[in-house]
Amino acid sequence: MPSLESEIDGIIETFTNNLKQRKFKGSRDLALNSVQLWKKIIGQMKWQNARELMDAIKQIGKDLAETSPSETVIGNMTRRMLKIVRDEYAMLQKGKQEDSDLQESLQKILTADEVDFDYIENIPLLKPAIMEHIGEFLTELESSEIDISVQALEHIHANEIIMTIGYSKTVFAFLKTAAKDRAFQVIVAECAPFYHGHKLAADLAEARISATLIPDSAIFAMMARVNKVIIGTHSVMANGGLKAVCGTHTLALAAKHYSVPFVVCAPMFKLCPEYVCSLDQDGFNQFASPEEVLSNDEGMLVSRVNVYNPIFDYVPPELVTLFISNTGGNAPSYIYRLLSELYHPLDVLL
Amino acid sequence: MFLIPRDISIYFKRRLLYDCYGCDIFPVGITVLIHTMETGKKVQPEGSEKTKEEILAERKAKKAEKAAKKSQPIKTTDHGTVTIPSDQVQSAKETTNTVKADETGKSKADLKAERRQKQEAQRAAKAASVTEGKPSVAPKAQQGKRIPDQIQADRPSVEKRLVKRCVNQKVPQLPPAERKVQLFSHLQQQERTVELLTKDLTINQSKIHPAVIKLGLQYASGIICGSNARAIALLEAFKRVISDYSTPEQKELSRDLEVSLKPCINFLKQCRPISVSMGNVIRFLKRHITNIPSEKSDVEAKKYLHEEIDKYIHENVVLAGKTICEEASKKISSGDVILTYGYSSLLLQILLKAFKEDNKKFRVIVLDSSPRSEGLQFLRRLVAFKIPSVYMLISGASYVMPEVNKVFLGAHALLANGNVMSRVGSSQVALVAKAHNVPVLVCCETHKFCDRVQTDSFVFNELGNPDDLVAAVKGKPSVHSIANWRELPQLTLLNLTYDVMPGDLVTAVITELGSVPCTSVPVVLRLKHAETVL
Repeated sequence: MPSLESEIDGIIETFTNNLKQRKFKGSRDLALNSVQLWKKIIGQMKWQNARELMDAIKQIGKDLAETSPSETVIGNMTRRMLKIVRDEYAMLQKGKQEDSDLQESLQKILTADEVDFDYIENIPLLKPAIMEHIGEFLTELESSEIDISVQALEHIHANEIIMTIGYSKTVFAFLKTAAKDRAFQVIVAECAPFYHGHKLAADLAEARISATLIPDSAIFAMMARVNKVIIGTHSVMANGGLKAVCGTHTLALAAKHYSVPFVVCAPMFKLCPEYVCSLDQDGFNQFASPEEVLSNDEGMLVSRVNVYNPIFDYVPPELVTLFISNTGGNAPSYIYRLLSELYHPLDVLL
Repeated sequence: MFLIPRDISIYFKRRLLYDCYGCDIFPVGITVLIHTMETGKKVQPEGSEKTKEEILAERKAKKAEKAAKKSQPIKTTDHGTVTIPSDQVQSAKETTNTVKADETGKSKADLKAERRQKQEAQRAAKAASVTEGKPSVAPKAQQGKRIPDQIQADRPSVEKRLVKRCVNQKVPQLPPAERKVQLFSHLQQQERTVELLTKDLTINQSKIHPAVIKLGLQYASGIICGSNARAIALLEAFKRVISDYSTPEQKELSRDLEVSLKPCINFLKQCRPISVSMGNVIRFLKRHITNIPSEKSDVEAKKYLHEEIDKYIHENVVLAGKTICEEASKKISSGDVILTYGYSSLLLQILLKAFKEDNKKFRVIVLDSSPRSEGLQFLRRLVAFKIPSVYMLISGASYVMPEVNKVFLGAHALLANGNVMSRVGSSQVALVAKAHNVPVLVCCETHKFCDRVQTDSFVFNELGNPDDLVAAVKGKPSVHSIANWRELPQLTLLNLTYDVMPGDLVTAVITELGSVPCTSVPVVLRLKHAETVL
């Protein structure tokens, strides 16, 4: 029906506008909003069977991802929706045929052929099942920060010196929870040229956590006294590598040099099934205005000098010690397994 | 010596000991023994009142004796000290000397003469043993290196000594910082307000030459910055001081000039902690001053010192710089991408020479960091010479490193264990370069080599003004302002000046003696010491 379609188009358009105008504050906000968008779309759209639904999701998801290619969260949420649809379909199909657990054990993957569902069958219970699953997923997203923070006391002991870079809400909540029971110090690297570290240091100080703010150049010098490095990240790549704020690679190298554990707090929705393929980071990195680096006041220089201001940094998985996610702690070598639980391999290419 | 039971009173103990004057033995350590026994008395139990009564009775008897003795004339000593009357003998605080004189009836002069004899005999015996046994080679040097005062700011005795010295020499002192960084509590942390340096400084009474005051203020406000510049400026200022100096009556130039330079140096230390190059300059100057023979007139001596200073600058900075440029320029090929960090006067010379004289076509990537933004100054000069450049912040080092061929870094000092002390951030750049297999070349003249050893950047460093971190983000509205950081008691800002690069991150050090690995630094130092001794 035209009105329904236009309604769906309307909400998609609002979402893309907000995205372009950068109205979402952080990845979690973006993830919640996109899942809510999907909930509305799947709820209101008319579809006959799973195959139709999945094709529609893929189409819309592709458009959304192209609006903002560097925001991997949108692509992740699209793939999660597809996985939910597939899972619910498979469960209902198998529920009709036999009662067996759907746990994909390693043996099953290796030995049995993937049962190729056509997804054409029209199962009336599919829609409510999907909507319920999405609702559960939303609750999981909303509590992701708290789920990570409760693990804080396992990792931070008394009188430790912890280093971090930039501002990550996850890390802030993590440290705040730990500070209720343990006394420790935090060294914050200010992370030029956006200087988000200033905000984190001020917030930590207001939360009565002892914080020292250092410029980026002092990271290696201070690392000798640091017990742990805890950072947040923009996204986690499929090989366990990180796409994090610029300066994180230096931090990781310094931590490796002094054998300091490098802990990354990242909720599951940041896990991305893509790899970084080109080392010159053409498709991977984003650049902000060079004015932040070399102000336009320096007219004589700006006209004759190339200035780069990369936003992201790639950190290879060898430098990461531990991932703390809302489902628990994992080593980088385990990321591939988590991926297979979250996304279906056929959905990786939207 | 005989054993003395503990529950005897002090008076009685002394009596017994002093009786041994009768024999010729008077051990030098007797006063020590008495002190230990006195302290032992405090530990004694109160008990045995019987002995106390006995003692009191004896005391009274002694008193009577002394009263009788007092009527006899007592020989006064040659330094005319007044002998204390006998009733004050019983006070525990009396010095042993006066008590002895009264007690035994021997005169003080006789006792002193005896003691002197013993001491002379012992000294002679010691001298004999020394010449017989192994000759002690410069015992003062073997007492161990003196730990510099700058890294003992957490010891109150050292602090007191510094304050006293400043007051004696009339050198203004900066107030200590309100919010100290705990990790660096062993370093001097002061409120760096430049105005306070000259607040109470008068020209008439001050022992500090005006050229030195000017220099100090230039250091404190960052006008003169960089180890070569600071060393040269110091030498020029000292030239002025030397030429304006006149030897006072009955004093030698070689001794007095050094003494008059001390408050100047102390003032400069207060303005800004001295760099390694400046330390070497001061040591060089002191050595030459003390070596001036006393026959030389003032004019000749001053001329000699001026010549030596000019020679130092010419050899160690100018010629060394030229040699290093030659050497380093060979390492740069056309088509290279060179990465530098911060500002180094030597590096500028090298790049200029390679670009202009040797006509090599290369690109330079300049990395910079807040709060100092020295890389910007470096960039300005490169652009003025039309060298193609790229400018980035240090956080972008790992983004840009894959396309870099060589990394050139300057150094503040080279330490004796092969580590490089340089501007904070250089070690990070070297680390990222190593991770990408890019060679790191450090260019440093030998006058910046020092004997110190350091393994990390904490032991010895300079803390800059923490407000610089706030000033660097002043014009940016998107940054959360922490201008009120002093109101948050848990927040500290740290502005390090130097960091120490481990030697294994450096591929080669280019000096005027050639390209050497980092481990050759002590060899070069030894050569230099040998030269100066000869």
